[in-house]
Amino acid sequence: MPRTALATAIALAFSLAAGSAAAATAYVSNEKDDSISVIDLDKMETVETLQVGMRPRGLTLSHDNKLLYICASDSDTVQVMDLATRQIIKQLPSGADPEQFALHPNNKWLYISNEDDALVTVVDVDKEEVLAQIDVGVEPEGMAVSPDGKWAVNTSETTNMLHWIDTSTNELVDNTLVDQRPRHVEFTKDSKLLWASAEIGGTVSVVDVDKREILKTLTFKIKGVHPDKVQPVGIKLSSDGKYAFVALGPANHIAVIDAKTYEVLDYLLVGRRVWHMAFNPDESLLLTTNGVSGDVSVIDVAKLKVTKSIKVGRYPWGVVVTP
Amino acid sequence: MRHVLRRAGFLVALSCCAPWAIAAPAEELSIRIGYLGYRPDIGPVLSNVIPEPDDAGLRGAELAIADSNSTGRFLKHSYALESVTSETAEDLLEQAAKQYADGLRLFVVNAPTATLRQLSDTMPEALLINAGSADDRLRSQNCLANVLHTLPSRSMLADALGQFLAARRWNRWLLIVGTTADDQAYADALRRAAKRFGHQIVAEKPWSFDNDQRRSAQAEMPLFTQATEYDVVLVADERGDFGEYVPYQTWLPRPVAGTQGLTATGWHKTVETYGAAQLQKRFEAHANRWMNDRDFAAWMAVRSLAAAVTRLRSTDAGAIRQLSLSGELPLDGFKGRKLSYRSWNGQLRQPIPLVHPRALVSNSPQEGFLHPTSELDTLGFDAPESTCRLSEVRP
Repeated sequence: MPRTALATAIALAFSLAAGSAAAATAYVSNEKDDSISVIDLDKMETVETLQVGMRPRGLTLSHDNKLLYICASDSDTVQVMDLATRQIIKQLPSGADPEQFALHPNNKWLYISNEDDALVTVVDVDKEEVLAQIDVGVEPEGMAVSPDGKWAVNTSETTNMLHWIDTSTNELVDNTLVDQRPRHVEFTKDSKLLWASAEIGGTVSVVDVDKREILKTLTFKIKGVHPDKVQPVGIKLSSDGKYAFVALGPANHIAVIDAKTYEVLDYLLVGRRVWHMAFNPDESLLLTTNGVSGDVSVIDVAKLKVTKSIKVGRYPWGVVVTP
Repeated sequence: MRHVLRRAGFLVALSCCAPWAIAAPAEELSIRIGYLGYRPDIGPVLSNVIPEPDDAGLRGAELAIADSNSTGRFLKHSYALESVTSETAEDLLEQAAKQYADGLRLFVVNAPTATLRQLSDTMPEALLINAGSADDRLRSQNCLANVLHTLPSRSMLADALGQFLAARRWNRWLLIVGTTADDQAYADALRRAAKRFGHQIVAEKPWSFDNDQRRSAQAEMPLFTQATEYDVVLVADERGDFGEYVPYQTWLPRPVAGTQGLTATGWHKTVETYGAAQLQKRFEAHANRWMNDRDFAAWMAVRSLAAAVTRLRSTDAGAIRQLSLSGELPLDGFKGRKLSYRSWNGQLRQPIPLVHPRALVSNSPQEGFLHPTSELDTLGFDAPESTCRLSEVRP
C-alpha cells in the first residue's frame, strides 16, 4: 500500500475511533529550545510550538488527559498546562532540577526525581504542596508508579539502583542493584514486572516486583554498531503484552522485544540519539524523540517499520500523546 | 579466608548475568582506600599568573567516596578515604608503608613515575591506581603488575590531538619543545602521533630562552616561529613555562595546539554532555573550584574500585585487579560510553576531550579512525604496540 493511502487509512481509523474530527495530538519537550512541539497525528506535522520553562524534559498527562505536567529542569519547577487552553495554569513545588516523574493512579500524587539533590519529591498536585521528600541514591532519574498504585520506583544513575518506595507510607523500603547508570523504569500493566534500562551497562533488566529481584537481563547487538554505543534509555511496553520497545540512545535504533520470551525480534533505525517513546491511543503507532537529529520518528507497530520523521525543536526529549 | 574470597570473586566475574540478583543478604564490608599524593615542586615558571590548585586529585577522590557510599549505604558497604599528601617522596613512601602495615591494600596514587614505581615495589600485595603519571613507559614496556591507570597517557593525549589535526588536514607541524624531561616525553608522544596519523614535522625548535615572555613575547615569538610553511604550531611545555605566550604571536597566522592552545586532556570544565554537568556540579559544590584532569582521574580510580567491590562483594585487591583487567567491568565516566581497563597495560580506555580554555572543541577518537575491537584503542599504546600482558600475569 502506498504511504499516502496508508496514512489516510490510519487517519480515518483515528477519526472513527475518536468519534469526532479531533485528531490525536503528540506533545514533545524540546530540551534546548525551552518549548513544547505540538504534533497533529492526522497531518503528521508540527502544528504549534509552545514556550515553557527552562530545559523541559519529562512529560506526563493527568489520567483524564486534561493536564500536561512538564519537568522544567533548569527552572526548578514542574509546570502544569491546561490542554484545553494550552496555558500554564500553575507551577508545582518540585524540588530542584526535576527530570522525570510519574503520576499515581489516584491522579493526585506526583513522584518527581530531583537529579541534583538525590531526592524524590512527592507533590499533591491539587493542594500544590509537598507531601514527602525521600532520600535516594545519587542522580535520581527514572520514575514509575505501578498501575496498582502500591509502588513508586526511582532509578539513581550514579548509585546504580532501583529504589522501591511504598506509596502508602512514602518510605524507601528496598533497593535492587542493577547495571551501570539506570535511566528508565516501566511497569507491566498487571504491576507484576518492572523493566529497567541501564545506559552504560548496555542492558535492560526485567524485575519481579514481588521479590524485587532480577528475573532476566537483556543485552543488545546491532550489526555495524559498536557495543559501547548501545545505551538503552526509554522503554515502552505495549498494553497487549506483546512487545517491549527499548530506545538505544546513540545507537540510533529501537529494539523490539517479544515481551513474553524476552527475545529481541528486530532493531529499527530511527533518528540520532533516541531518548523516549509514546504510543498513539490505539497503539498502532509509536513515536520516538531523537535528540541530536531534532525530530520524531514514527513507527508503524503492526509492521514494525519506521514510516516517517517529523521535525520538531532542538533536542527533543519527552513525548506524550492525547486522543 | 582470603583464598575463598578470591575464588568466589573469580566465579562472579565469570558469570555474565546480574549475579547480585541471586546473592545472599548483604554482608557488611568496610572498604578503606589510601590516597597518596606527592607533587614535586616544578620550579619557577615564567607564566605563573594562574596557579594550579594544590589539592588536584585529592578532591576528586573525596567526591568519589561520597558517590560510592550512596550505593554502599544500601548494601552495607562503607567506603573511607585515608589520605596522605607529602612534601617529599621519602615522606610519602614512609606514610604509605604505615598504611600498608595497617592493612590497606587499595590505593590511589597521584605522584611522579619514580615514586609510583617505588610504591609498587614496596607494596606488592596492593592494587595501585595511577592518577598522577602520564608516563608512556608505564603503558608500553615497563608495566607495573599491580598498577592500573586512570590518567590518560601522553600518547593518548597526543593521538587525540593528532586525529583531530588529521581530520582538519593540518598536516604540517612546527614543533617547539621545552627543556624538561617531561617536555621531551610529550614531544616524543607528538612525534609518534605525527607518524601514526600522517603528519609531517616541518621544523622543530628547542625552547632555550630563559627570559620572561610576559614582557617580550610580542617582540621575540614571531622571530622564533619563523619557518617554511606550516599549518599549526605544536607546543611541548608541560609545566607552562613559555607555551602560554605562543598563541597569537606566531610568524604565520596559525593555530597553536599541544600543552597550550588547543589541548587534549582527560577532563575539563567545559565537558558537560552525557550527564557530565551533574558531576561538575557535585564537584564544584564539594571543592569550590573546577574539576581538572587529575581530579577526574582520582575520582574515576575510586569509582572503579567501588564498582568492582560492588560486583565482587569483596575488597580483595587481587580479585579486583583481575576483574578490572578482564574487560567485564563497564565503568561510567560521563564520557558518553562505557569505559574499561585495557587488559594488556591496565590503562583506562576513554574518549579524550580537546579544549581551549573556555570551550570544548572536539572529542577524540575522531570519526573514521577505525579499530577492529574498540575505536578507543586508536588512542595510546594498543596491544600490538605494547609488550605488556598484565591480564596474563599475576603480581
